[in-house]
Amino acid sequence: MGKIRPIKKYSYYQKTAHGGFIATKLNYAIGWGRKFSIFHYPFITACCGMEYMSAACAHWDFDRFGVGMTTFSPRQSDLLFVVGTITHKEAPVLKTVYDQMVEPNWVIACGACAVSGGIYDNYAVVQGIDKIIPVDVYIPGCPPRPETILNALLKLQDKIQKQKQDLRWKIIKE
Amino acid sequence: MTTRLQKEAKKESLLINMGPSHPAMHGTIRIMLELDGEKVHNSEVEVGYLHRGFEKTCENKTYFNLLPYTDRLNYVSPLINNVGYVMTIEKLMEIEVPERAQYIRVIMSELSRICDHLTALAAMTMECGAFTVFLYYIKAREEIWNVIEKTTGARMTTSYIRIGGVRTDLHPDFGTDVKKAMKVTRDVLKDVSGLLDKNKIWIDRTRDVAVVPPEMAVNYGFTGPCLRASGVKYDVRKAHPYLVYDQIDFMVPLGENGDNYDRYMVRMKEMEQSLRIVEQCLEKMPESVSEVKGEIEPAEAIKMSRTKKPDQKIKLSPNLKGSEKEKYPSILTSSKGVKVPPKEDTYTNMEGLINHFKFFMKGHGIRPPKGEVYFSVEGGSGELGYYIVSDGTDQPYRLHLRGPCFHIVSALEQMIKGHYIADVIPTFGSTNMIGGELDR
Amino acid sequence: MEDNQRIKESLTKKFKDKVLSVKEPLGDIVIQVKKQDILEILKFLKEKPQDYSMLLDLTCVDYKGKKPRFEMVYHVFSLSKNHRLRIKCGVPEHDLEVLSVSGMWKNANWLEREVYDMFGIHFTGHPDLRRLFMYDGFEGHPLRKDYPLRKRQPRIRLRK
Repeated sequence: MGKIRPIKKYSYYQKTAHGGFIATKLNYAIGWGRKFSIFHYPFITACCGMEYMSAACAHWDFDRFGVGMTTFSPRQSDLLFVVGTITHKEAPVLKTVYDQMVEPNWVIACGACAVSGGIYDNYAVVQGIDKIIPVDVYIPGCPPRPETILNALLKLQDKIQKQKQDLRWKIIKE
Repeated sequence: MTTRLQKEAKKESLLINMGPSHPAMHGTIRIMLELDGEKVHNSEVEVGYLHRGFEKTCENKTYFNLLPYTDRLNYVSPLINNVGYVMTIEKLMEIEVPERAQYIRVIMSELSRICDHLTALAAMTMECGAFTVFLYYIKAREEIWNVIEKTTGARMTTSYIRIGGVRTDLHPDFGTDVKKAMKVTRDVLKDVSGLLDKNKIWIDRTRDVAVVPPEMAVNYGFTGPCLRASGVKYDVRKAHPYLVYDQIDFMVPLGENGDNYDRYMVRMKEMEQSLRIVEQCLEKMPESVSEVKGEIEPAEAIKMSRTKKPDQKIKLSPNLKGSEKEKYPSILTSSKGVKVPPKEDTYTNMEGLINHFKFFMKGHGIRPPKGEVYFSVEGGSGELGYYIVSDGTDQPYRLHLRGPCFHIVSALEQMIKGHYIADVIPTFGSTNMIGGELDR
Repeated sequence: MEDNQRIKESLTKKFKDKVLSVKEPLGDIVIQVKKQDILEILKFLKEKPQDYSMLLDLTCVDYKGKKPRFEMVYHVFSLSKNHRLRIKCGVPEHDLEVLSVSGMWKNANWLEREVYDMFGIHFTGHPDLRRLFMYDGFEGHPLRKDYPLRKRQPRIRLRK
């Protein structure tokens, strides 16, 4: 399929997003909306899942940050939360799940095993999921405390607010 | 790659894949179902998505270094794995553990067992739709984790047990903290039994689903709550008592049918029995030296020790609270060469320094005699056994884990045959599959 | 212990020359047999009155440099008598075939698949011998002593 042109109404903002006052305010408003309504997909494999459960439940609720809706379909989610060790057997599954997600999307690598392989350096474990998919926020810890996970969500929200928002109506496939 | 199910399936039936990434909170497993409408005609289970090479890694690490790897096996009850590993080595080297350390190990094992059952039932009930129960159980688990964190330093992966004893003594307010956590747990258990025990929806969903008769359970090698739910009385704590379990009075609950409801009830009753065990241990535990206060800084003590033996107590860092030299006789064994010497000795005299150095140096350290040993403890899901082959060096030649949920999940294909697709989830939840133990 | 004594006597009475040695380290009892007789002896142990009805574990050890190279280890347990038993048999490198016990105990199905995956030992009579933990396309058997620890075989193309 050829290139799909963006709708003319928005192309003016796309060109002047760096300079114009209205464009930056629109950027800010859309970022504000996006960061407080994240649908996340928890890809849980191992022990860090227990701390994810603690962070999701009543003591350290992360629903207060807008991340509460857990979808189990990657096509309907914004955030891929990779929690736990990824082995070579699981790697194609992770890639398939990531490929199904629609732009704009973000990835958080939670736990030492997802960040860099953790304490496992052997024939079976992928040394960090950034060898498979691009990652936005890395959470260290084995397992990370729930407060660390909440801190990472706040950092991600800052990132979403500040980045140049994707205002295109349809996706242009390169 | 065609799987066995694809080769055997009939042409008209529907093949559904409950893939490795799925909403169930237990771990990564792939269940392929051959459906006839909504009934499961045949199924195939594929495991290995969390195989992290534990057994191969252990052959390259020293006995002391591989303690954190054992935490991450059954990650909901990490202290029981630690206890199992350490007791296997103690059996091989014939080391005696002081009595207070044995009681501390029993208390920690039982608290871990309660956390294991809480997590298993929380996940099982949440997947059936009882979300409130999940939140209640996690609340109780948080209280217990707070207590464990105050003593061991970490909520989950603690690495607290050492060869010959434990790492530090219990913190001073342990009694009051544990009693508070037990009160919260008892309230939660009472609320949940009021919500679920006689609930028509719960009974309809779990009674007579995935019935496992006792002969089948024994043939498949079931142990633990799943075996006791089928009516077979086997608990490692009663059959081959280890630590101080023979001096404590507790009951072993049994089920009747072997269906999902019985597995749920056995776990609920076992949690009450574990609470009783913890209470009895707190009463029977021998006392130890009370809190030790230091007076001089370590740098001063080192300077003083160049000429004479320092006569004042040394102020250690807060990390080492509970493992001072005065506490050592009650928490660690007196055998030589298997424990880290106390920091006061390492700082001030030559023998302590040499012992510390030799313990950690490659080639020296803990070197069990040549031989092989098998020892098992009662884990959260059943009989957790370690088989260690030692060749006299400081690295194990072969370490094999007998994971209880491996045998239970190998029966999953038989258990869900003939039931509906909605019964797969509570059945899978009641087996309490933990990925770290299944795939090692 | 009298349980150890009893089983030692009944085994040596029935299989006089097939039992190679009986040792009792640290309170357990270990029986060494030849690999051709393993099925017969386990069948005898499973029936009553011995009644070793549960197969606790089935594993293998790789003694590289010794003959025979591999050694299969079986742990069986009797619920009624509350007694554990360990049976070992050597498997030489040139003849990696062992009789399968999956007809007697159902969990031996997955246990033998694991041993095949990790060590490469074939089990004759096993209904479905394939890899359990590693994926299709993985070459080699990881737990052997000559497989390096860090030799990775990725399934998909990795970035960077």
